[in-house]
Amino acid sequence: MISTIVELSLVGIASGSIYALGAMGFVLIYKASGVFNFAMGEMMMIGAYFLYTGMVIFGLPLAAALPLALIASAATAAGIERFLLRPLLGQPHEVLIKVLFGTGAMLRGLAGLVWGQDIVRLPEILPRKPVFLGPFLIPGTLAWGMLAMFVVFGGFMLYYRFSRTGVAIRATAEDQSTAEAMGIDIRGIFSFTWIVAGILATAAGIVGASVNGLSPYLGNFALEVIAVVLLAGLTSIGGTMVAGIIVGVMLTLLGYFLGGAWQQFMPYLLVLLVMLVRPRGLYGTKLVERL
Amino acid sequence: MATMAAATMRTAGRATVLRWAAIVGLAALALALPAIGNGYVTYMACLILINVIATIGLNVTVGYAGLLSIGHAAFVGMGAYVSALLLIAGAPLPVALVAAAVAAFLFGIVFGLPAIRIKGVHLAISTLAAQFTFYFVAQRWTAVTHGDNGLQTPQVSLFGFSFDSDARLYFLILPFAVASCLTAANLFRTRVGRAFIALRERDYAAEVLGVNVVYYKLLAFAVGATYAGIAGALLSIFLRLVNPDQFVVSVSIFYLTAVLVGGRGSILGSILGALFMTLLPEFMRVVASGLIADTSRYVGQLATFREFLFGALIVLFLHLDPRGLVGLIEKFGGRIEFRG
Repeated sequence: MISTIVELSLVGIASGSIYALGAMGFVLIYKASGVFNFAMGEMMMIGAYFLYTGMVIFGLPLAAALPLALIASAATAAGIERFLLRPLLGQPHEVLIKVLFGTGAMLRGLAGLVWGQDIVRLPEILPRKPVFLGPFLIPGTLAWGMLAMFVVFGGFMLYYRFSRTGVAIRATAEDQSTAEAMGIDIRGIFSFTWIVAGILATAAGIVGASVNGLSPYLGNFALEVIAVVLLAGLTSIGGTMVAGIIVGVMLTLLGYFLGGAWQQFMPYLLVLLVMLVRPRGLYGTKLVERL
Repeated sequence: MATMAAATMRTAGRATVLRWAAIVGLAALALALPAIGNGYVTYMACLILINVIATIGLNVTVGYAGLLSIGHAAFVGMGAYVSALLLIAGAPLPVALVAAAVAAFLFGIVFGLPAIRIKGVHLAISTLAAQFTFYFVAQRWTAVTHGDNGLQTPQVSLFGFSFDSDARLYFLILPFAVASCLTAANLFRTRVGRAFIALRERDYAAEVLGVNVVYYKLLAFAVGATYAGIAGALLSIFLRLVNPDQFVVSVSIFYLTAVLVGGRGSILGSILGALFMTLLPEFMRVVASGLIADTSRYVGQLATFREFLFGALIVLFLHLDPRGLVGLIEKFGGRIEFRG
């Protein structure tokens, strides 16, 4: 019993790290431009499909297909920002949310038309062989996926903290007008955050698809990501890892003991709870506007 | 000066006459429709009217009060299930309809409750949560809802008159659609309606002016949900079937698109939006069957394309004209209705 729980928790931590990566892209965009990206899940899905196209349809090796997929999804993300959002800059937030909501539906429909509705499998880019941690066993894709996630997450955190661009993003998040007055190209920063978010989303999407298979509805995953984002508090990048692991463990345990339907429903329950009890989340700094 | 005033009056007079002529013409058409149209036309007309009622509801919440709701299908579903359950239990038609409206009203309040503490995007997510909560309960509480199999609604009758054909059901639905338009149009001449608009424009300012923001936000959700509940009840009576898959997220996107395409904060917009969105898939089906011989193989693709199209329409209209079809018409034809 105990060992089952420990094993499930390890699986939960691993899947939670996937949520965390998606959530990080989310928070990054929100911090820099104050936009709540409702199309995040679809960006994850599209990125995974780009890799699928490269590897399965064109038969490229991973080393060629992965960079191409990252470039393609970065371009998609930049395109969404440049052509769908920027013309609406200065409009009420609710308009931007609706646009992104519509964009999500568009991407989902487009993926269904181009790649079909059925669940496809990505080639085995992560070893399937289970990994033993002492007496506990973790499925191979999850364990290696988690490792990949931690590397990307850690790399990004370092970049965000120490690089010039990272500092510029943080300055923009802090105060847009001051940042602009200091000579930061905030439009460039908006584009850049979308590109980075697109890349992070693709990484999360690829690992997610390797574990669960790939379909246009992979984006529904985003709702788990939204639960993570809200739990972390919209503005905390590091908090997404903690919240991701909490949600991952919770979902895995619930899924095991109560069944899949509860597992799917659980993120929403969590979202409602967070919003009723602590709308600013665990690490959110800015108070949610109340009225 | 005097001539100008006279000219203005003449135009105003002509506009009023035109307007009344249009209303009388439309009323005559609406009443005669089942007689002149075939079964298919009547069937579609019923669906359109039901969607008009639901779209007006969402327009109250989204268009007038400015609260983003992406869980409208859950409120429609609430009405549908409550009325279906009551009708199966043998309740008379008016009881089922009133109960559906009340249940949806209460459901609206419950999921509007987060509005006390949060706004904007958080509120949108809580409505999405309402959507999934509803689906989860409808699918899992099999003892009452029969899960995925759904419920079969019995044929309804009123004072011995049984609604046993689409044409007869049309005359059950039509008065509700008309009443919905009139009540919603008049709502925005009352204190409550004006408070909704004040909320949308600037909630801080509304608060300063003495509008109880929390109360009216909850009310905006609840009123929108009530319309949805009535639409759901009529839908269950019309289709004689209720199941969870009728009330999923994509249906909420459907209603949201109807509001945005038709025109936010406009009754005429709700009507146009519901009309456009109900006919669009039919139109696509006709076009597809003209292009491809065997459409049955492409049902999946058609559904996917519809999703793409709905998303594209949302994006397109928000970019082109935030006031939707009504805005486009007014651009070319001048002001056509009182606007809140």
